[in-house]
Amino acid sequence: MHRAILAAGAVAAILLTAACGNGGPGSESAAAGGKVQVWALEDAAVNPIATASIKSFNASTGKQVELSTYVNDAYKQKLQVSMGSPQAPDVFFNWGGGNLAQFVQANQVEPLDDMLAKNPGLGDKFLPSVLDVGKVDGKQYGLPMIGVLPVVLFTNNDVFAKAGVKPPKTYGELLSLIDVFKAQGVTPIALAGSQGWTELMWLEYLLDRIGGADKFQAIADNKPGAWEDPAVIKALTEIQNLVKRGAFGTNYASVNYDNQGASKLFATGKAAMHLMGTWDFSVQKDANPKFISGGKLGFVPFPAYEGGAGDPKSVVGNPSNYYSINASSKNKDVAADFLAKSLSSDEYINGLIDAGQVPAVKGVEATLKGKPNSEFTTFTYNLVAEAPSFTQSWDQALSPKVSEKMLTNLQKVFLNKLSPADFAADMAASK
Amino acid sequence: MKARTERPGLGWAAPAVLFFAAFGILPVIGVVYLSFTQWNGLGDPQWIGTANWAAMGSDADLFNGIGKTVTLTVVSWLLQTPLALLIGVWAAGPQRNRAVLSTLFFLPLLLSTAAISVTFVALLDPNFGLAASWGDGNFLGSPERALYVIAFVIAWQFVPFHTLLYQSATRQIPRSFFEASAIDGATGLKQFFHITLPQLRNTIIASSVLMLVGSLTYFEMILLMTNGGPGTATRVLPLHMYAKGFVGFDMGYASALAVLLVAAGAALSIVVVRSTGYHRMSSDREGA
Repeated sequence: MHRAILAAGAVAAILLTAACGNGGPGSESAAAGGKVQVWALEDAAVNPIATASIKSFNASTGKQVELSTYVNDAYKQKLQVSMGSPQAPDVFFNWGGGNLAQFVQANQVEPLDDMLAKNPGLGDKFLPSVLDVGKVDGKQYGLPMIGVLPVVLFTNNDVFAKAGVKPPKTYGELLSLIDVFKAQGVTPIALAGSQGWTELMWLEYLLDRIGGADKFQAIADNKPGAWEDPAVIKALTEIQNLVKRGAFGTNYASVNYDNQGASKLFATGKAAMHLMGTWDFSVQKDANPKFISGGKLGFVPFPAYEGGAGDPKSVVGNPSNYYSINASSKNKDVAADFLAKSLSSDEYINGLIDAGQVPAVKGVEATLKGKPNSEFTTFTYNLVAEAPSFTQSWDQALSPKVSEKMLTNLQKVFLNKLSPADFAADMAASK
Repeated sequence: MKARTERPGLGWAAPAVLFFAAFGILPVIGVVYLSFTQWNGLGDPQWIGTANWAAMGSDADLFNGIGKTVTLTVVSWLLQTPLALLIGVWAAGPQRNRAVLSTLFFLPLLLSTAAISVTFVALLDPNFGLAASWGDGNFLGSPERALYVIAFVIAWQFVPFHTLLYQSATRQIPRSFFEASAIDGATGLKQFFHITLPQLRNTIIASSVLMLVGSLTYFEMILLMTNGGPGTATRVLPLHMYAKGFVGFDMGYASALAVLLVAAGAALSIVVVRSTGYHRMSSDREGA
């Protein structure tokens, strides 16, 4: 009797161990000739385009490429944990910049320079400022796989018309608009303040306009005193002044972006403006189609700051998202072939344009003009093409450790629980 | 010979011991090792000695986290214990509507934490949720209110469970106690304080241990509802560890925090169990 139970226990233990060793959807990727795993973010508008391009690649080459998608925060963790393990994907989505650099430093990313050399003309197809963010130490590690995503100031045309005002061109105009909308009982600016990254956009643009793009470059390069620069302090002080002025209403810290708390607030006319990445256009198109089709969504560049050192044509945001190849993938050739064939194919580019995206590809203006939403897409394309600098979102450009600290501290600055000087001192101390 | 076969041998304990060693002890040893290293999850951990432990002294968010954890634990206990006790004693009675109301009341027990969190986030949306009808609706975004809102939702989820404990314990009190006291002229209130409450002593201790240790490691609802925010207003210790480890990918420092949490949890359990006599498992039931 005892023996039987022990034997059963032993069998169960072995089965359990075996299950741990073989489980996971990515296990097949370890074998050459198996499925090529592509990991990306979940995106209702873009995923079907990727699936379509994978289908036609599989049909024409006879290979098996497979897409798996994950939501934002879960993806970051899953990728970090799986890289270096047999469960890692062959091709992985990333944000370029500091995010990509940490994988490169761990020797986990395959350089794409050979692949670009084998496919003449491929590298020249992409906008150089966008392609640059996929470079680490002069080598190309990522290729843009989605449209450019600069941050712009969205305006609700109905609310502006009702108040008889025009979108702001300067920061002074923005401040007086805040008072106008406040007097009308409209929240001047929608802000999903329960998430630090939405608040970060204000700091990114204010520092860019007040101090110029060099100021953040110094921070990204770990230059001593970069965080304590007077321009950083001034930008943070302006943020606290905006909050005090009532720019975001009183309950912005309870608003969530992921359940469309801010986008809905703005689309329903309860808020007049919304500073957000251009992906919010796709969000609005899916969630509030009439808001777009009725021509009620306006968009302008971030206002110029009077007396600021920055160029008002500069943009911040996500230059693009990137596909990179896992250095330990057994299917590197197929993966490289897939990137070369699909990312600049007409099918993929046109699919992106149809979804309201602006591909980081040269000379697409003509195509953009003939497609729906051309007003918005040409605005975005020209904004990026004419920008003297494109600063990557800080939380992607800096290391995860510093970003985590920065986003938490920035929330405290918004809530007036941390002074600009203390923010700067705390950030300068974290490496 | 007979005595030997009746007493369970080491063989009986082996599966549990192996399981606990593999999934309980080994990971703790691994975490202790990691707490002396620098590691972002990629490549190999680098040994850096006690730097992570020294860094704790200058981590203001750590002391904030300890404060939030203690507050949440105390508020949860003060909120849940009286509610669960009163409802449990009431639900143990013979009233006619009791079964229906109790069933309704136990419903939150059937819901997953994720479902509860998502529902409450929607209810508490300041512009489009139920919260919009209360002032400016700023609950989860208010540094002063957020932690208490979380304590309320935790109570909503767990009071039914503790009620169940009290209900079954109350039913086990011999009827003769109540009958005898009734003959002596004791009213309902007197019976509650002099018979029911003393008889529930062990249940109160058991329920409190579950609450205290549970609050110390409470995590997923806060992650889903506020992610520790606004700022660090709801960042309890487990969430601080999560943010350092799985958002900042500073696994070494997060491991040091994890060791701290294991030590605090173990110490709290021992203190509570020792100081209440729970470890002797002594029964004060009639005839036991």
